[in-house]
Amino acid sequence: MLVAFNEDTYRPKRSDSFTMPNINRLKALSGQSAIVGVAESDQIGNVPDKSPLAHHAEAAINALDDAGLSLSDVDGLLTAGWSTLDVAEYLGIQPRFTDSTSVGGSSFVIHIAHAIAAIQAGYCEVALITHGQAGRNDRSPAPPNLGTPQNQYERPYGIIGPPVSYAMAARRYMHQYGEDRTREAMANISVATRKWANMNDKAYFYDRPATFDDYHESRWIVWPFHLLDCCLVTDAGAAIVVTTAERAKDCAKGGVKVLGAAEGHDHSMISQMPDLTSAFGRNTGKQALDMAGVSHSDLDLMMIYDSFTYTVLVSLENLGFCGPGEGPDLVANQRTAPGGDFPVNTSGGGLSYTHPGMYGIFTVVEAVRQLRGETGERQLDDCDLAIAHGTGGYLSSTGTVILAAP
Amino acid sequence: MTTDAPARLEPVSQPESDQYWEGARNGELWIQRDKATGEYQFYPRAFSVATPGGEVEWVKASGNATLHTFGIVHIPPHASFAGEVPYITAIVELEEGPKMAANIVGVEPDPENLTIGMPLKVEFTKISEDYTLPNFTPA
Repeated sequence: MLVAFNEDTYRPKRSDSFTMPNINRLKALSGQSAIVGVAESDQIGNVPDKSPLAHHAEAAINALDDAGLSLSDVDGLLTAGWSTLDVAEYLGIQPRFTDSTSVGGSSFVIHIAHAIAAIQAGYCEVALITHGQAGRNDRSPAPPNLGTPQNQYERPYGIIGPPVSYAMAARRYMHQYGEDRTREAMANISVATRKWANMNDKAYFYDRPATFDDYHESRWIVWPFHLLDCCLVTDAGAAIVVTTAERAKDCAKGGVKVLGAAEGHDHSMISQMPDLTSAFGRNTGKQALDMAGVSHSDLDLMMIYDSFTYTVLVSLENLGFCGPGEGPDLVANQRTAPGGDFPVNTSGGGLSYTHPGMYGIFTVVEAVRQLRGETGERQLDDCDLAIAHGTGGYLSSTGTVILAAP
Repeated sequence: MTTDAPARLEPVSQPESDQYWEGARNGELWIQRDKATGEYQFYPRAFSVATPGGEVEWVKASGNATLHTFGIVHIPPHASFAGEVPYITAIVELEEGPKMAANIVGVEPDPENLTIGMPLKVEFTKISEDYTLPNFTPA
């Protein structure tokens, strides 16, 4: 017996307590800081001879070089997955602003909000955000059972790692909005993202195209997810350098201004998510756009964390590019692919470029490069305004930034 | 080299969840209720989420639930589940209101066998000397 979704009777159990912060205070920060350097570590993909910290350090040095700065200029350090204590010591720096906020793969996008606040408050002037993970080749064992709610109420059931959790959210979406059109949307996202990767020589799948048949024939990981619904597992690092808009004028490539930034989360475990089809981007998208003073139609590039195809589908809806359940129409007919009128994840994304575990920082790296016109074959025409949106945990946390070309 | 699967992942009971896990060992599902508002909550906490800081009391749940969503795991996400795939993971909505994670047992792991909204009832699976998991099966 099919029980149809009923909007009148289905409501999230916990009320959404979000209220928008004072937008005028945030607007005073808009455009006052800029990203002046971005980079990956020297090699990304399958890198068995590099530790996670080596990826942090290589990326940091490369991003500073991109900005025409050096480690001696850095007075703020932000990272996730590791403590800034370890990263600073490894780099040999002594930051006077430090932030190890670690809420999953969105963390590095959230760090941009923290960096601009710290810079404008005067806690630091050059903030370095680093990431590094040996997702494929990590020598370290899994962490111990810490008695968390997740270790009590989910992991004993084999609800372990992102694919199981995100697959259950996708299944709920299918129930509410139609299984066939959801499947078609996920296939569209998978194939379109691969086409972008085929134009990025740093992408893991650079030389491997994929068709709709490849998608539908790929093996089940967690039903309803095929293999080609799921992100890669790679070794990689990346870094971002943020400073004042004033100082950015003297940097090697100028500055990509941060017009808007927002963060937040509404649960940790997937079983406690208030609504499996509505992640916190419903709030961070609106806040970041309002702070920037721009609207959806102004955006030229959408960098949307694609841990899974479903993550893109639900994030685009949550961010307000379309209404609930309308995502499949938004991404239909390869609109997000090269040549389409709604470019999403032009690097090839977590699905086909790189995904070392916490991928969020790479959405910003690609956005900055597109805004600077540095992406060669895959460069968008007239790319002036981009959104980068990170999702962390189990659709738990989001961070959203709006970035403007120099 | 051994081919034995590592031990099944066990919960580590905390002071606020001891009664939950003791109940499960005895084949009973115990949840908490806000003393003032009567609103149920899952998972067990030291206080009520509905009335922050408010007191909770323990109640034996009916064990009736409906299927909110599910997935079928084909690739083991941990070595201890290598012999378990494919298995069904789910989020169920308890008759009392809260949602919880569980496995769906007593049914072949095929999407055709599972319908969102289908009625379920609790069933207990002993996984070790100390821990028994509340699971659900079609009612």
